Amino acid sequence: MTRADEHPPAGADDPAPGAPRTVMSGADVARALRRIAHEVVEHNKGADDLVLLGVPTRGVELARRLAALLLDMEGATVPVGELDITMFRDDLRSQPTRAPMPTRIPSEGVDDRVVVLVDDVLYSGRTIRAALDALADLGRPRAVRLAVLVDRGHRELPIRADHVGKNLPTSHTERVMVRLDGVDEVTEDSVSIALGETRAGRPSTPGGPR
Amino acid sequence: MRHLLSSADLSRDDVRMLLATAAEMHEVQRRDVKKLPTLRGRTVINLFFEDSTRTRSSFEIAGKWMSADTINITGKGSSASKGESLRDTVRTIDAMAVDCLVMRHGASGAAHQVAQWVDASVVNAGDGTHEHPTQALLDAYTVEQRIGDLAGRRVAIVGDLTHSRVFRSNAITLRTLGADVTCVAPPTLMPSGIRPWAQADGLHLTDDLDAVLASGPDVVMMLRVQRERMSGGFFPTPREYTVGFGLTRDRLRALTDANPEAVICHPGPMNRGLEISADAADAARSLVLDQVSAGVAVRMAVLYHLLAGEEVAA
Repeated sequence: MTRADEHPPAGADDPAPGAPRTVMSGADVARALRRIAHEVVEHNKGADDLVLLGVPTRGVELARRLAALLLDMEGATVPVGELDITMFRDDLRSQPTRAPMPTRIPSEGVDDRVVVLVDDVLYSGRTIRAALDALADLGRPRAVRLAVLVDRGHRELPIRADHVGKNLPTSHTERVMVRLDGVDEVTEDSVSIALGETRAGRPSTPGGPR
Repeated sequence: MRHLLSSADLSRDDVRMLLATAAEMHEVQRRDVKKLPTLRGRTVINLFFEDSTRTRSSFEIAGKWMSADTINITGKGSSASKGESLRDTVRTIDAMAVDCLVMRHGASGAAHQVAQWVDASVVNAGDGTHEHPTQALLDAYTVEQRIGDLAGRRVAIVGDLTHSRVFRSNAITLRTLGADVTCVAPPTLMPSGIRPWAQADGLHLTDDLDAVLASGPDVVMMLRVQRERMSGGFFPTPREYTVGFGLTRDRLRALTDANPEAVICHPGPMNRGLEISADAADAARSLVLDQVSAGVAVRMAVLYHLLAGEEVAA
C-alpha cells in the first residue's frame, strides 16, 4: 500500500475505495481505436502486407475492430489472426494451469509481412515477450509492431508499444479492467481502474484482470 | 491434477479441458516448428515394463515437443531384470528429482502403488488389465474430431473386455462425456464383476454383435484380442472368434447400411483377420491412424496440465 500512497492515482479521493473508476467510456475506446487505425496505415504507408494478430481474448476483439476500421478507411481487407501465448509464458510454474486458447494464423501467413500485435493492456511486457517467441515459431515477419488500448506502465522488459490508445499511469496495487462488447457481458466498452492487487508480489497477471 | 491414474479421476470438466487443450496442441503439430518452450527444464521418464510402440513414442514426442527432457527406461534393459523390486526402481528414479513418471506395467494397480512411493507426478500408461486413461482420452478426442460431441452418441465396444484396460478406461470416459455405451463380448470374455458396474454406470451388456451393428451405432470400437494375456479356453479357435465377434466385411456392410456415418476405432496393434478385417481397418470410416496422430496431442495436453501449473494447488 505504501506505493499507492507514494503515487496516488488521479481520483484517489474517490469516496469508495476499491470501487471501479471508469477512465475510458465506449466513445473514448472507439476514438482511440480509430486513431490507432490511422496511425497504423500512416506508419505503414498504406494497408499492404499488414496482418493483425490479436492476443486472446480481448486483443482478438480489438484486432477485429481495427480490421473493420481499416476496411472502412482504406477499403483494404487486412487479415486478422489470433496468437495464443499460454504455452510461451514464463510464469507457468507459479500460476494455476490455464487452458490454452486457439492460435489462428491467416492463410496468408506472417512471412515477410508487417505484423501488428494487438492487446488490451500493456503492463510488464511479459505477454508481448511471449507473443514474440510464439510468433518466431510461426514464421519470419518483415516487421512486428505493437498496438495496445491501454499502456499502464511498470515495464519489466525492454518492450514498448508503437500505438497506444491511452497512457494510464497506475500503481501496482490497482487493477485495470477492460470490458468490451462482444467479449464481456456488457453493452458498452469501458476501461476502469479498481484497487486490489490480483496477486501479491506478481504484478503481471496477463489474461486475468489487470 | 497431480497424477493421472484412472479415467474415473477425471470429471467432465477435466476431460473437456484436456480435449480442448489437445485440439490446440494438434494444431501445433501442423506447423513447421513444432517445439513449444512450455515444459523447459522438466524431466519426464517413460518407464515401460511392457512392450509398446505408440504409447511410449507418443509420450516421448509429446514431452520433447514441449521442451521437456524425456528419457525412456524399459523393463528389459533396466535393473528390474537384475531382480530389483519395482519400489526400489521407481524410488531410485524419483531420487533423481524427475518431474513425471509415465508408467506401464503388467500388474493392475501398479501406477496407483507407485504414486504412493514417489514425489513425481505419475501417469498411468497402462496397468495390467486395469486402465489406460490417455488412450480413452485420445479415442474420445479422435471420435469427436470426426463426428462432434459424444454426448448422447451411441458407442459399441467390442471384443476382449476381460483383458482390456482400453475398454475400462474408455467406458468410464465415454460415460463421463455422456455417451451411450454398449459392451459386446462373448460370455467368456465379459469381465466377471462387470454387472454391478454396468448397472451403476448405465452400460449395456450383450453378446450379439450383429444386433448391435444393425441398430446403427455412431462409433464401433474394436478391441485387440490379447493373446499374450490369455491362458487358453476363452474361445475355441481364432476362426470361431472372428465368426462371432470380428468386424468382417459383411458386418462392415451391415454397419454402413444401418448408419452411413458410423466410424470405427481400434487402439492398435490390430490383429488383422481376427478381430478386424482389412476392409474395416482400411475403410475411410476407420479412425485408426487418426487415433495415432491424436495420441501425441492428447499426451501433450496431459503433460501440460500435470506439469505446467504451480506445484502447490491454489
